Amino acid sequence: MHDHSPLREPPWVRRALISVAALLMLALVVLPLAMVLSAAFGEGFRAWMDALTMPDALSALRLTLFTVAIVLPVNAVFGVLAAWAIARFDFFGKRVLIALIDLPFAVSPVVAGLCLVLLFGSQGWFAEILRDYDIRILFARPGIVLATLFITFPFVVRELIPLMQQQGVEEELAARSLGAGAWTMFTRITLPNIRWGLLYGVLLCGARAMGEFGAVSVVSGHIRGQTNTLPLHIEILYNEFDSTGAFAAASLLSCMALITLLVKFWLESRHADGIAASHRRH
Amino acid sequence: MSNTHIPSTPRPGPPPSRPAPAAPPMPADGAWSSASDARIGLQIRGLSKRFGGVAALDAVDLRIEAGELIALVGPSGSGKTTLLRAIAGLLPADAGEIRFGDRDATALSLRERNVGFVFQHYALFRHMTVAENVAFGLRSRPRARRPPRSAITSRVEELLRLVQLPEHGARYPDQLSGGQKQRIALARALAIEPSVLLLDEPFGALDAKVRVELRRWLRALHEQTGRTTVFVTHDQEEALELADRVVILRDGRIEQVGTPDDIYREPRSAYVFDFIGRSNRIDGRIEDGAFIADGLRLDASAAAGTAAADPGRAGAPPVAGPSQLFVRPHDLALCADGDGDDAGDRLAATVVAVRRRADRITLELALQRHDARWELDLVDHAQPCPAAGAPVRLRLRRWRAYPRSQ
Repeated sequence: MHDHSPLREPPWVRRALISVAALLMLALVVLPLAMVLSAAFGEGFRAWMDALTMPDALSALRLTLFTVAIVLPVNAVFGVLAAWAIARFDFFGKRVLIALIDLPFAVSPVVAGLCLVLLFGSQGWFAEILRDYDIRILFARPGIVLATLFITFPFVVRELIPLMQQQGVEEELAARSLGAGAWTMFTRITLPNIRWGLLYGVLLCGARAMGEFGAVSVVSGHIRGQTNTLPLHIEILYNEFDSTGAFAAASLLSCMALITLLVKFWLESRHADGIAASHRRH
Repeated sequence: MSNTHIPSTPRPGPPPSRPAPAAPPMPADGAWSSASDARIGLQIRGLSKRFGGVAALDAVDLRIEAGELIALVGPSGSGKTTLLRAIAGLLPADAGEIRFGDRDATALSLRERNVGFVFQHYALFRHMTVAENVAFGLRSRPRARRPPRSAITSRVEELLRLVQLPEHGARYPDQLSGGQKQRIALARALAIEPSVLLLDEPFGALDAKVRVELRRWLRALHEQTGRTTVFVTHDQEEALELADRVVILRDGRIEQVGTPDDIYREPRSAYVFDFIGRSNRIDGRIEDGAFIADGLRLDASAAAGTAAADPGRAGAPPVAGPSQLFVRPHDLALCADGDGDDAGDRLAATVVAVRRRADRITLELALQRHDARWELDLVDHAQPCPAAGAPVRLRLRRWRAYPRSQ
């Protein structure tokens, strides 16, 4: 087959390019990951278990899962709504809105965290109201959730907009002309058509939400056992030269990422046509 | 007009090259066929629609009788699709009225109009099986009007037999060919017993052979169900072959409405004449009841076959003034040598090229005293065919002249 390709390169060029790519992957991705795992188990399985079951580690894991459990459904719902609005309707300021959706990708997470401080901090815009009602946002769970929401918002929307634009409105119109109400149309036509794309977006969103460090670090306050997420927990242990604990937690985070990756891989191979073309593997 | 009844053993002629299982008899109750109260006409009055500054529909009036099969035809931008979508309720009209039977449908939504709309690209629900697609309209009804599950299942089976795809219920749309998708889309639209069936370019996305088969099949299906049907096409041949009446649109207005015969024999304007088939033309003028061009004088009031026309009714005296003459390639004849050499009704031309088609020979001609390229169809194969470069003389068997604006 390659012999007929107009893009045929000499075999040695092909082999050299593939080798370089493979070596880079090995050096930059596989080796570090292996190092994390070997360091995590360096002092034996017991030490690894102990490091993960210490109260601070468990609390960090719980907080991370708690954050993900809130962020995923919220982003899924708002992502679908926003993508629907943008893909289906023309309105004033649509282009600006589309550009703004990418803002969390463009802005450094630290800056995003600082924005929250500016809004909810003791000198912030909402400081008085929050004081009056004794609501804590910064250095508490709400701040962490808000920061993570902001950082991960684009994943679902970005996935759904091109998908919905590519699928067009005709199936929905057909459903309406056949007598379906708006809700029936949404649940039986729109949602099934975007389900794999939605799942894919949620998956990416989840991976990012678990791993988010910068923005969460600014708003968390690093209170042990209370406002430390898993990434923050790892950093603290690392700074305290507890490398076994740090790497044990890191191995856990890596495993969660690997699982996400496997599910993503499965989605892409099984349901490529339900995922926006911009993400398709060819 | 076809006032079709339900045939007892109807058989839409199966497409010739694709043997289909014999169609079963229609259900006796005729639930989804031409129950007489399901057959209503359409009336459109003063319908207008603008996109930006452009009038896509400009005060269109049209009356469609119950059970008619109507073609909306015109080039792109003529407003035919806009009209169809306005009837369906896919587009709100700016002004005017649409009546379904004696009911004012202008303010009704797409959902309330109960039209069967078949989209150009079918718009089948890709995540549902064929059977689920067909059942969708019935399953989506409010609980009070929803038929029981078993009734829906048997209705779906009936419809799949009607469109001759009884074995395809469990397939998914992307496992079907274009023609099969089209028929499923039709079955899905028929499932809700629509008051009218609207089809947007029903054969546009199909290849030529399937298109012809499906065209005949649709005609047969229409005879069988008797449902008022409107379809859009840019293909005049399709419109003429299929429709009871043809509506020709131009720039958002109706240029002519009539039976295919009317339209073909009595095109009311140069636009219609030109749109409906191949045409040759030269400029001239009407004077003293005759069309006059350089070296040509044709009596416009002469006997049948050469009756000249002015727009409007046949038989009226042609309006004097600048005019344009139109003649079809098959209405031209070659004159034998010496035949009427001195008559003023012959045109001298030179053969430029000879093209053989399956059913005819087409001569490409350059008129000698006019700056025009004409085509002539030789239908009679016994006739000797002149070679390229040969001078010939042409007789116009049938022609029409229309006023020319200057």
